[in-house]
Amino acid sequence: MAAAATEPPSPSGGSESARRVKSAAGGADQAFQLSLRAAGLAVLIIMGGIGLFLFFRASPALAVAGFKFLTTQAWEPDAHNFGVAALIPLTVLIAGVAVTFAVPLATGVALYISEYAPRRLRRGLINIVDLMAAVPGVVFGLWGLYFLNPHIIPLARWISSTFGWLPLLGVHDADTDNPFENLTIYESSTFAAGIVVSLVIMPTICSVMRESFAQAPVGEREGAYALGATRWGMIRSVVLPFGRGGMIGGTMLGLGRALGEAIAVYMVITQVFRFQPEILRSGTNSVGALLANRAGGSGPFAVSALFAAALALFGLTLVVNFGAAQIVARTRSGQTS
Amino acid sequence: MTTTIPPQAPARTAFGGTGGPEIRRVTSARTRADVVVLLGAGAAGLSLAALLATRVIPAVNLGGFVVIAYVLFLVLYGVLVSLDQDGRAVRDRLATVTVHSIAVLALCALLFVVGFTFWRGREALGHLNFFTSDMRLAGPLDPLTVGGIVHAMVGTLIEITIALLITVPLGLGCAMYLNEAKGALPKFVRTVVEAMTALPSIVAGLFIYASVILTFGLTRSGLAAGLAIGVMILPIISRASDVVIRLVPGSLREASLAMGASQWRTALHVVLPTARSGLTTAVLLGTARGVGEVSPVLTTAGFASAVNLNPTAGPMPSLPLVTFVFASSPEHTMIARAFGAAVALLALVFVLFALARVLGGRPAGELSPRAMRNRARESQRDLARFNARQQAAAQMGAGHEG
Repeated sequence: MAAAATEPPSPSGGSESARRVKSAAGGADQAFQLSLRAAGLAVLIIMGGIGLFLFFRASPALAVAGFKFLTTQAWEPDAHNFGVAALIPLTVLIAGVAVTFAVPLATGVALYISEYAPRRLRRGLINIVDLMAAVPGVVFGLWGLYFLNPHIIPLARWISSTFGWLPLLGVHDADTDNPFENLTIYESSTFAAGIVVSLVIMPTICSVMRESFAQAPVGEREGAYALGATRWGMIRSVVLPFGRGGMIGGTMLGLGRALGEAIAVYMVITQVFRFQPEILRSGTNSVGALLANRAGGSGPFAVSALFAAALALFGLTLVVNFGAAQIVARTRSGQTS
Repeated sequence: MTTTIPPQAPARTAFGGTGGPEIRRVTSARTRADVVVLLGAGAAGLSLAALLATRVIPAVNLGGFVVIAYVLFLVLYGVLVSLDQDGRAVRDRLATVTVHSIAVLALCALLFVVGFTFWRGREALGHLNFFTSDMRLAGPLDPLTVGGIVHAMVGTLIEITIALLITVPLGLGCAMYLNEAKGALPKFVRTVVEAMTALPSIVAGLFIYASVILTFGLTRSGLAAGLAIGVMILPIISRASDVVIRLVPGSLREASLAMGASQWRTALHVVLPTARSGLTTAVLLGTARGVGEVSPVLTTAGFASAVNLNPTAGPMPSLPLVTFVFASSPEHTMIARAFGAAVALLALVFVLFALARVLGGRPAGELSPRAMRNRARESQRDLARFNARQQAAAQMGAGHEG
């Protein structure tokens, strides 16, 4: 049908060409289209302006630091000795711990809500998870500072003394035989910050995953059951494969938020400026925490150096978010126009 | 595979000839034996862990005890199920138990964070002056009977209003643009907006600091903070609105155009009202995100302890900023105030969320009973108007003839 409509109706008609279906827009419509385009472009300009302004303000510091900005492990901008060589790996380490905790938890909650929960509970649970996604980071920061930091000591001490031989988990100068051991060495660590951030990002990951699990088609589910699968068998063979894109996309979205979380991390950690890979040991850092700490600003050059760090963070999260958006969009077939 | 549905006594049905009403068959695969096995494994796990914790491993704290008990429970449960069922059923049961416990753990952790905040905030919330006065007269050592956070509450309201005045028209306009316009540019804008939804909020704050404050010479103020919040939630609101508008059925739009409505009338009178519920949700959830973030206002709002009603001059702290600053004080009363401010912030977020769920949350085109009545009334009015016009035309015609 569709093909027939576009073909010339008859060979005898001669030179009949396709009709133009575009109608002449009236004056009001043109104004409307213009204002919509203006809004769209304004959003584009604001978003592009972020990168431009950061780069513009960062350029004095970047001009001085040059390539050393990527290789220096210190933050003394007034001595012209600063770089992100320690900050970026520590940021990634915190985000890595956060994702390691958040993804299994989010998967469990998402599977529970979409596959196991009684129908009458489902609506309420979805609301709770969405509500938790709106809980501000500063609330999690308060919890991390006043509850988690003191209470994490026994756990961190036990992990480091039992699994200390594994990479990242040891605390080399811990003094476990001393009864008056200084226990604050286990506080304010990458591990603590990672747990706090994992709670911040978990609801976001969970709702992306749940939406993709819920899209697993009913026919395939029933097919799996009809072939004798148990519920877990059905989940493994139908729900998880259909939701894989959502799982990866949600994880990357959470990773992006974890990399960018500033306040909750800043409240929990003790800042250091040299890279140290022992995640249970006090002292870590992230670009966001540095920005939150030095945001008051001192000299113009120090502020410029901060903008350079912000630019690095911006670039890092942009790459991750862009990848996440691509993956999520690819799985949302039919909705993309 | 006989594991999931055990043989059941034949249900009494009309076919069975026993008469009486049909009894609804239970299709659930769970039997009493399953429940007994589950409870038994739980009891055994707990007792074994208690034995281990008191006799074998000396110093084990509560957390360690719970972990040991849970692992023992899983092992015992697997063994018990495997006594009379095959491996697939064992894996199924273990997965069920694991998913349930992960869900309970995660939800409890999240609720615990919120509950902890409320619990620690109770001290400050008990004093009425906490909601009615600012911190002008209260130093860090003053008791909780002096000072409050009204300056931060006012600041939050002013800043979020400024942010919404900018983002609602821009965000909705952008979402309409993404749906109404054709070509490569809208696709590019959509990609950029999607990538920006997780823009680190501290970068949004620094952007306003770099542009509005350093380049255009504005001071740290409520206006700058509102702009920073606006930049942060603009992509969030644009993207959520875009998704909602995309769900408006094309047939509605086509019907309107086919009736001769112009594009802007179609957009304003058909597309936007149809998506109104979802758009409300999008805006309110974006607001809830923006209202709680410290990072955008950290560099732009400035800190003060007195009420400031003028957004263009003077520092204007907001609830999250006050929470953050108070929490970094070593004084007990300031920490109590920080938790109190956090509770106020949480309450605001919860109210926004509840509003979003009450006002919004319906799929495109589905109306609440009240909206339905309004729609019916409008139709009645239209009908009356058409009738009046027809009558007038008929009378005019009659007048001409006569």
